[in-house]
Amino acid sequence: MHAAVVVFPGSNCDRDLAVAFEAAGAKVSMVWHKDSALPSGVDIVGIPGGFSFGDYLRCGAIAANSPICRSVADHATRGGYALGICNGFQVLTETGLLPGALLRNAGLKYICQTVGLKTETSDSVYTQGYNAGDVIDIPIAHHDGNYYADDATIARLQGEDRIAFTYTQNPNGARANIAGILSENRRVLGMMPHPERAADVGHGGTDGQALFRALANALVTA
Amino acid sequence: MKARVHVMLKNGVLDPQGEAVRHALGALGFDGVNGVRQGKVIELDLAEDATEADVTAMCEKLLANTVIESYSVELI
Repeated sequence: MHAAVVVFPGSNCDRDLAVAFEAAGAKVSMVWHKDSALPSGVDIVGIPGGFSFGDYLRCGAIAANSPICRSVADHATRGGYALGICNGFQVLTETGLLPGALLRNAGLKYICQTVGLKTETSDSVYTQGYNAGDVIDIPIAHHDGNYYADDATIARLQGEDRIAFTYTQNPNGARANIAGILSENRRVLGMMPHPERAADVGHGGTDGQALFRALANALVTA
Repeated sequence: MKARVHVMLKNGVLDPQGEAVRHALGALGFDGVNGVRQGKVIELDLAEDATEADVTAMCEKLLANTVIESYSVELI
Protein backbone atom coordinates (compact mmCIF):
# COMPACT_ATOMS: atom_id res chain seq x y z
CA MET A 1 0.00 0.00 0.00
CA HIS A 2 1.32 3.40 -0.97
CA ALA A 3 -0.24 6.20 1.06
CA ALA A 4 0.10 9.93 0.47
CA VAL A 5 -0.48 12.26 3.42
CA VAL A 6 -1.38 15.81 2.45
CA VAL A 7 0.18 18.59 4.50
CA PHE A 8 -1.47 22.01 4.72
CA PRO A 9 -0.23 25.00 6.71
CA GLY A 10 -1.83 24.29 10.08
CA SER A 11 -2.06 20.51 9.75
CA ASN A 12 -0.96 18.95 13.02
CA CYS A 13 -1.83 15.26 12.73
CA ASP A 14 0.02 14.66 9.46
CA ARG A 15 2.96 12.85 11.04
CA ASP A 16 0.72 10.86 13.40
CA LEU A 17 -1.24 9.67 10.38
CA ALA A 18 1.96 8.81 8.50
CA VAL A 19 3.20 6.79 11.50
CA ALA A 20 -0.10 4.89 11.68
CA PHE A 21 0.04 4.07 7.97
CA GLU A 22 3.69 2.98 8.25
CA ALA A 23 2.98 0.81 11.29
CA ALA A 24 0.39 -1.02 9.17
CA GLY A 25 3.04 -1.64 6.52
CA ALA A 26 2.43 1.21 4.10
CA LYS A 27 4.95 3.23 2.16
CA VAL A 28 4.14 6.86 2.91
CA SER A 29 4.79 10.01 0.88
CA MET A 30 4.14 13.42 2.39
CA VAL A 31 2.58 15.80 -0.13
CA TRP A 32 2.60 19.60 0.19
CA HIS A 33 -0.64 21.48 -0.49
CA LYS A 34 0.92 23.49 -3.31
CA ASP A 35 1.90 20.35 -5.21
CA SER A 36 -0.45 19.88 -8.11
CA ALA A 37 -0.06 16.12 -8.50
CA LEU A 38 0.01 13.09 -6.24
CA PRO A 39 3.04 10.79 -6.48
CA SER A 40 2.46 8.03 -9.02
CA GLY A 41 1.15 4.75 -7.68
CA VAL A 42 -0.65 6.19 -4.68
CA ASP A 43 -3.43 3.89 -3.46
CA ILE A 44 -4.81 6.06 -0.70
CA VAL A 45 -4.67 9.72 0.19
CA GLY A 46 -4.79 10.66 3.86
CA ILE A 47 -6.05 14.11 4.74
CA PRO A 48 -4.96 14.74 8.30
CA GLY A 49 -6.38 16.58 11.25
CA GLY A 50 -5.37 20.03 12.32
CA PHE A 51 -6.38 23.57 11.51
CA SER A 52 -5.58 24.02 7.85
CA PHE A 53 -5.21 27.71 6.99
CA GLY A 54 -6.16 28.59 10.56
CA ASP A 55 -9.77 27.49 9.95
CA TYR A 56 -10.22 30.88 8.25
CA LEU A 57 -13.52 31.45 6.44
CA ARG A 58 -14.81 27.93 7.31
CA CYS A 59 -12.97 24.84 8.52
CA GLY A 60 -11.43 23.15 5.49
CA ALA A 61 -12.76 25.66 2.94
CA ILE A 62 -9.44 27.10 1.83
CA ALA A 63 -7.68 23.73 1.90
CA ALA A 64 -10.45 22.29 -0.28
CA ASN A 65 -9.53 24.80 -2.97
CA SER A 66 -5.77 24.20 -2.83
CA PRO A 67 -3.93 22.78 -5.88
CA ILE A 68 -3.43 19.33 -4.33
CA CYS A 69 -7.13 18.95 -3.60
CA ARG A 70 -7.92 19.04 -7.32
CA SER A 71 -5.65 15.99 -7.67
CA VAL A 72 -7.25 14.35 -4.64
CA ALA A 73 -10.68 14.87 -6.23
CA ASP A 74 -9.44 13.37 -9.52
CA HIS A 75 -7.95 10.44 -7.60
CA ALA A 76 -11.26 9.80 -5.82
CA THR A 77 -13.24 10.19 -9.02
CA ARG A 78 -11.04 7.55 -10.63
CA GLY A 79 -11.98 5.20 -7.78
CA GLY A 80 -8.97 5.92 -5.57
CA TYR A 81 -9.19 5.67 -1.79
CA ALA A 82 -9.16 8.68 0.53
CA LEU A 83 -9.33 8.94 4.31
CA GLY A 84 -10.05 12.29 5.92
CA ILE A 85 -9.75 12.57 9.68
CA CYS A 86 -11.10 15.51 11.68
CA ASN A 87 -10.04 18.56 9.66
CA GLY A 88 -9.58 16.09 6.79
CA PHE A 89 -13.29 15.18 7.06
CA GLN A 90 -14.13 18.90 6.93
CA VAL A 91 -11.96 19.25 3.82
CA LEU A 92 -13.70 16.28 2.14
CA THR A 93 -17.15 17.79 2.74
CA GLU A 94 -15.96 21.16 1.46
CA THR A 95 -14.68 19.54 -1.74
CA GLY A 96 -18.03 17.82 -2.17
CA LEU A 97 -16.44 14.34 -2.13
CA LEU A 98 -18.61 13.61 0.90
CA PRO A 99 -22.08 15.06 1.54
CA GLY A 100 -23.04 17.36 4.39
CA ALA A 101 -21.00 19.78 6.46
CA LEU A 102 -19.43 20.06 9.90
CA LEU A 103 -20.89 22.82 12.07
CA ARG A 104 -19.69 24.34 15.32
CA ASN A 105 -20.23 21.91 18.24
CA ALA A 106 -23.71 22.36 19.69
CA GLY A 107 -22.21 23.14 23.11
CA LEU A 108 -19.83 25.68 21.53
CA LYS A 109 -16.87 24.14 23.33
CA TYR A 110 -13.77 22.55 21.88
CA ILE A 111 -13.97 18.92 22.99
CA CYS A 112 -10.89 16.77 23.59
CA GLN A 113 -11.75 13.36 25.04
CA THR A 114 -11.95 9.68 24.23
CA VAL A 115 -15.39 8.65 23.05
CA GLY A 116 -17.18 5.41 22.33
CA LEU A 117 -17.74 4.79 18.63
CA LYS A 118 -20.15 2.21 17.33
CA THR A 119 -19.14 0.56 14.09
CA GLU A 120 -22.25 0.79 11.94
CA THR A 121 -20.98 -1.18 8.97
CA SER A 122 -18.08 -3.51 8.35
CA ASP A 123 -18.64 -3.20 4.61
CA SER A 124 -15.66 -1.02 3.65
CA VAL A 125 -11.90 -1.41 3.49
CA TYR A 126 -11.71 0.85 6.52
CA THR A 127 -14.17 -0.92 8.78
CA GLN A 128 -13.85 -4.57 7.77
CA GLY A 129 -11.50 -5.15 10.72
CA TYR A 130 -14.46 -4.54 13.04
CA ASN A 131 -17.82 -6.22 13.32
CA ALA A 132 -20.93 -4.13 12.87
CA GLY A 133 -22.04 -3.21 16.38
CA ASP A 134 -18.52 -3.20 17.84
CA VAL A 135 -17.89 -0.28 20.16
CA ILE A 136 -14.35 1.11 20.07
CA ASP A 137 -12.68 3.86 22.08
CA ILE A 138 -11.19 6.61 19.92
CA PRO A 139 -10.19 10.18 20.83
CA ILE A 140 -11.89 13.25 19.45
CA ALA A 141 -10.43 16.76 19.46
CA HIS A 142 -12.52 19.31 17.63
CA HIS A 143 -14.54 22.49 17.83
CA ASP A 144 -16.50 21.94 14.62
CA GLY A 145 -17.55 18.31 14.50
CA ASN A 146 -21.30 18.68 14.52
CA TYR A 147 -22.27 16.78 11.38
CA TYR A 148 -25.13 18.30 9.45
CA ALA A 149 -26.93 17.15 6.34
CA ASP A 150 -30.54 17.60 5.29
CA ASP A 151 -33.14 14.90 6.02
CA ALA A 152 -32.97 13.42 2.52
CA THR A 153 -29.18 13.07 2.72
CA ILE A 154 -29.29 11.47 6.17
CA ALA A 155 -31.95 9.02 4.97
CA ARG A 156 -29.85 8.20 1.93
CA LEU A 157 -26.71 7.61 4.03
CA GLN A 158 -28.72 5.29 6.28
CA GLY A 159 -30.41 3.51 3.39
CA GLU A 160 -27.14 2.91 1.57
CA ASP A 161 -25.34 1.72 4.72
CA ARG A 162 -22.84 4.56 4.37
CA ILE A 163 -22.64 5.59 8.03
CA ALA A 164 -19.35 4.09 9.17
CA PHE A 165 -19.32 5.14 12.81
CA THR A 166 -21.74 6.75 15.26
CA TYR A 167 -21.11 8.16 18.72
CA THR A 168 -22.45 6.07 21.58
CA GLN A 169 -22.94 9.37 23.46
CA ASN A 170 -23.29 12.29 21.10
CA PRO A 171 -20.68 14.89 22.17
CA ASN A 172 -21.26 17.60 19.58
CA GLY A 173 -24.85 17.58 18.35
CA ALA A 174 -24.14 15.62 15.16
CA ARG A 175 -27.29 14.56 13.33
CA ALA A 176 -28.09 10.85 13.75
CA ASN A 177 -25.01 10.66 16.06
CA ILE A 178 -22.85 10.52 12.93
CA ALA A 179 -19.10 10.38 13.51
CA GLY A 180 -17.97 9.11 10.10
CA ILE A 181 -19.44 8.48 6.65
CA LEU A 182 -18.50 6.73 3.43
CA SER A 183 -18.76 7.91 -0.16
CA GLU A 184 -21.17 6.27 -2.58
CA ASN A 185 -18.45 3.87 -3.83
CA ARG A 186 -17.39 3.25 -0.17
CA ARG A 187 -13.79 4.22 -0.94
CA VAL A 188 -13.75 7.63 0.72
CA LEU A 189 -14.15 7.79 4.50
CA GLY A 190 -14.45 10.98 6.51
CA MET A 191 -14.54 10.80 10.30
CA MET A 192 -14.14 13.29 13.13
CA PRO A 193 -12.50 10.92 15.67
CA HIS A 194 -8.79 10.18 15.42
CA PRO A 195 -7.98 6.47 14.90
CA GLU A 196 -4.31 7.41 14.38
CA ARG A 197 -4.25 8.57 18.01
CA ALA A 198 -5.30 5.11 19.19
CA ALA A 199 -2.92 3.02 17.11
CA ASP A 200 -0.03 2.30 19.47
CA VAL A 201 0.20 1.03 23.04
CA GLY A 202 1.92 4.32 23.90
CA HIS A 203 -1.27 6.16 22.99
CA GLY A 204 -3.15 4.48 25.80
CA GLY A 205 -5.43 2.65 23.38
CA THR A 206 -5.10 0.60 20.22
CA ASP A 207 -8.67 0.41 18.97
CA GLY A 208 -7.74 2.40 15.87
CA GLN A 209 -5.11 -0.09 14.74
CA ALA A 210 -7.64 -2.40 13.12
CA LEU A 211 -8.68 0.34 10.72
CA PHE A 212 -5.16 0.80 9.36
CA ARG A 213 -4.42 -2.92 9.31
CA ALA A 214 -7.63 -3.72 7.44
CA LEU A 215 -6.83 -0.99 4.97
CA ALA A 216 -3.30 -2.28 4.42
CA ASN A 217 -4.55 -5.85 3.94
CA ALA A 218 -7.20 -4.77 1.46
CA LEU A 219 -4.92 -2.56 -0.57
CA VAL A 220 -2.03 -5.03 -0.70
CA THR A 221 -4.22 -7.61 -2.33
CA ALA A 222 -6.08 -5.07 -4.47
CA MET B 1 -16.32 48.55 -7.56
CA LYS B 2 -17.04 47.19 -4.14
CA ALA B 3 -19.32 44.41 -3.11
CA ARG B 4 -20.59 43.27 0.24
CA VAL B 5 -21.49 39.63 0.71
CA HIS B 6 -23.73 38.53 3.57
CA VAL B 7 -23.42 34.88 4.55
CA MET B 8 -25.93 33.34 6.95
CA LEU B 9 -26.63 29.81 8.13
CA LYS B 10 -29.75 28.59 6.35
CA ASN B 11 -33.03 28.52 8.20
CA GLY B 12 -33.36 25.18 9.91
CA VAL B 13 -29.61 24.81 10.50
CA LEU B 14 -28.95 25.15 14.22
CA ASP B 15 -26.91 28.25 15.01
CA PRO B 16 -25.42 27.58 18.45
CA GLN B 17 -23.50 30.87 18.44
CA GLY B 18 -26.69 32.82 17.78
CA GLU B 19 -28.38 30.89 20.58
CA ALA B 20 -25.54 31.74 22.97
CA VAL B 21 -25.88 35.42 22.07
CA ARG B 22 -29.64 35.23 22.66
CA HIS B 23 -29.08 33.75 26.13
CA ALA B 24 -26.49 36.43 26.91
CA LEU B 25 -28.91 39.18 25.91
CA GLY B 26 -31.55 37.63 28.15
CA ALA B 27 -29.07 37.54 31.03
CA LEU B 28 -28.46 41.27 30.53
CA GLY B 29 -32.16 41.94 30.95
CA PHE B 30 -33.07 42.42 27.29
CA ASP B 31 -36.40 40.66 27.27
CA GLY B 32 -38.31 39.66 24.20
CA VAL B 33 -35.40 38.59 22.01
CA ASN B 34 -37.05 35.64 20.32
CA GLY B 35 -34.15 34.60 18.15
CA VAL B 36 -30.61 35.53 17.15
CA ARG B 37 -28.85 34.36 14.01
CA GLN B 38 -25.18 35.18 13.57
CA GLY B 39 -23.61 35.41 10.13
CA LYS B 40 -20.70 37.12 8.47
CA VAL B 41 -20.12 40.04 6.15
CA ILE B 42 -17.35 39.92 3.56
CA GLU B 43 -16.37 43.12 1.74
CA LEU B 44 -14.66 42.82 -1.61
CA ASP B 45 -12.70 45.53 -3.40
CA LEU B 46 -13.00 44.60 -7.08
CA ALA B 47 -11.81 45.74 -10.49
CA GLU B 48 -14.17 48.23 -12.12
CA ASP B 49 -15.30 45.76 -14.76
CA ALA B 50 -16.29 43.09 -12.24
CA THR B 51 -19.94 42.06 -12.34
CA GLU B 52 -22.44 40.76 -9.84
CA ALA B 53 -22.19 37.41 -11.63
CA ASP B 54 -18.47 37.31 -10.75
CA VAL B 55 -19.29 37.82 -7.09
CA THR B 56 -22.00 35.17 -7.22
CA ALA B 57 -19.44 32.74 -8.67
CA MET B 58 -17.06 33.58 -5.80
CA CYS B 59 -19.84 32.86 -3.30
CA GLU B 60 -20.69 29.53 -4.89
CA LYS B 61 -17.07 28.41 -5.12
CA LEU B 62 -15.61 29.65 -1.86
CA LEU B 63 -17.28 32.36 0.20
CA ALA B 64 -20.35 30.34 1.21
CA ASN B 65 -20.94 26.63 1.71
CA THR B 66 -24.38 26.29 0.17
CA VAL B 67 -24.99 23.02 2.01
CA ILE B 68 -25.45 25.01 5.20
CA GLU B 69 -25.29 28.69 4.26
CA SER B 70 -27.23 31.15 2.16
CA TYR B 71 -25.70 34.36 0.83
CA SER B 72 -26.72 37.67 -0.65
CA VAL B 73 -24.65 40.08 -2.72
CA GLU B 74 -24.85 43.84 -2.41
CA LEU B 75 -22.95 46.09 -4.83
CA ILE B 76 -21.78 49.30 -3.14
